[in-house]
Amino acid sequence: MATIKLDSVKKSFGKVDVIKGVDLDIRSQEFVVFVGPSGCGKSTLLRLVAGLEDITSGTLAIDGQVVNTLSPSDRGIAMVFQSYALYPHMTVYENMAFGLKLAKTDTRSIEERVNEAARILQLEPLLQRLPKQLSGGQRQRVAIGRAIVRKPKVFLFDEPLSNLDAALRVQMRIEIAKLHHSLEATMIYVTHDQVEAMTLADRIVVLRDGYVMQFGTPLDLYHHPENKFVGGFIGSPKMNFLPCDLLGDSAGQAMVETVAGTRVPTTSVVNGERPGSGFTLGIRPEDLLAGGGGDAEIEGDVITVEHLGAETYVYVDLGMEEPLVVKAAGNSAVSHGDRVRVGIPAAACYLFDPREQAFARPAYG
Amino acid sequence: MRNRLLKQVGLWVLIVIISVYALFPFYYAIITSFKSGSAIFSVTYLPDSFSLANYVGVLGGGHFPRNIVNSVIVATAVVILSLLLAITASYALARVRFKGRGILLFTILSVSMFPQIAVLAGLFEMVRALGLYNTLFSLILAYMIFTLPFTVWVLTTFMRDLPVELEEAAIVDGAKPHQIIFKVFMPLMWPALVTTGLLAFISAWNEFLFALTFVSNNEQRTVPVAIALLSGATEQEIPWGPIMAASVIVTVPLVILVLVFQRRIVAGLTAGAVKG
Repeated sequence: MATIKLDSVKKSFGKVDVIKGVDLDIRSQEFVVFVGPSGCGKSTLLRLVAGLEDITSGTLAIDGQVVNTLSPSDRGIAMVFQSYALYPHMTVYENMAFGLKLAKTDTRSIEERVNEAARILQLEPLLQRLPKQLSGGQRQRVAIGRAIVRKPKVFLFDEPLSNLDAALRVQMRIEIAKLHHSLEATMIYVTHDQVEAMTLADRIVVLRDGYVMQFGTPLDLYHHPENKFVGGFIGSPKMNFLPCDLLGDSAGQAMVETVAGTRVPTTSVVNGERPGSGFTLGIRPEDLLAGGGGDAEIEGDVITVEHLGAETYVYVDLGMEEPLVVKAAGNSAVSHGDRVRVGIPAAACYLFDPREQAFARPAYG
Repeated sequence: MRNRLLKQVGLWVLIVIISVYALFPFYYAIITSFKSGSAIFSVTYLPDSFSLANYVGVLGGGHFPRNIVNSVIVATAVVILSLLLAITASYALARVRFKGRGILLFTILSVSMFPQIAVLAGLFEMVRALGLYNTLFSLILAYMIFTLPFTVWVLTTFMRDLPVELEEAAIVDGAKPHQIIFKVFMPLMWPALVTTGLLAFISAWNEFLFALTFVSNNEQRTVPVAIALLSGATEQEIPWGPIMAASVIVTVPLVILVLVFQRRIVAGLTAGAVKG
């Protein structure tokens, strides 16, 4: 119902630049997730959209209308805070009705809308309770209810699940996804948890130090990271990075030499790139072949084994700072101290140039 | 075992000493107020006679009932005005970023460092210039000079501790600053409001120097001055009975206020607002 367009948006706090020029084009009814490490500016960017912070330069448009100077309530947004921020002296009903009362909505439609929201969020039996009589999950629902009743064009979520325990987080995640489908509203969701980002988002914005590193669908980010940062940030456990030299190419596809002189063929397209050092080879733990095979092999000592039941993560020492992480079968018999061979399929390799930009490659898997 | 007994006894002895120290003057005022005639001049520590003559005398004749009303008007107005000004000021001081905020806060505090006598003359000129001499407004104006600094300070400190997200949630809900203050923050600030309000009331109720200086008319006096100026039949006679009765009468409202509002002074009112 609402498009959001950011045009070279910048934000400085005094001399500190927090957002250094962000362009985004968010479609109507899209679920967009801002993700990044702490301090990357994702919450600030959300607060700029909300109107809780002033934009230093650039324009923000909702539905084609520039809203830089509009107050939050006039922008047609609603926000769910990390700490819930419920009014402690008001009952659940009053909490949800507060915004409508301020907007001088008539009593009957307030009642209708609050009851409707309570029904959607299963809060009906709790309407007369105070926030302190609710559990964490229930408070989170009330906070979402408070946003729903105002029928906003845009929902903003600021790390809404980070105060909940793991089980509840998964449950609420599913409910938020359902809510997005039933409300058909545009949603922006901030999180530092890349699993939340992958599962909820139509498109993900990866932020780092106030810059957008990449904006794309979850699978796009997974298969075609534009740079080393996105490659390392999306996926768990994170992508292995091996320093390598570019030797040359055969039919446009790169051949590299990495640790211990291992030569690895890749499918990355390096048209015209000059051979040299300072390149980085990226391989995801789930793409590596425990026990060998593939198009190249590498050997090392096992330093740690993590059994998760369905899968096993094997940490292999290659004489680098970080061990190589390999995903193996759940019943893997590898143990500490073993010497293992790890196979590398050429099509699973990512290649980054010395400026950490990725080379294009065909999708894998 | 003996050690514990000793501790218990010691504790109770201390309690008794403190209670006697704190309550004896008031107790003595009460029993004296019920004595009549020359019985006042015999020192007794237990009530031995009961007469309401002093109370009837104080309340029945002269300006004393009017003086009580004056005191109530002045103290109530001071409390309401101070809290109203302080809560809006504290919102600005606690939540709005502006240049010179720290200096402003310090200036407000430093006002309360001056002794009353130092500001008396200047204040008197102000009262005259504003045409408030001999009216209750002069006292309301004067008392706010020493109630405002501490109400502003206490409320600012308290408001600073309220979660920022609450304010932001209210902003997103479309609340204007005055709605944030009165609909969101004020209900959460009852403990601070009650405490500072009570202190402001008590200091306004008991104030003597300004009340003596700015008001010369018996009709407009407040209670502390009225009591001090109670006079007997002759100059040699100090009317201890009526003075004690009057003192007891003016203490009762304070006791009632504290009892009524002590329930409001409960901590943890913000529980449930944010996590934890």
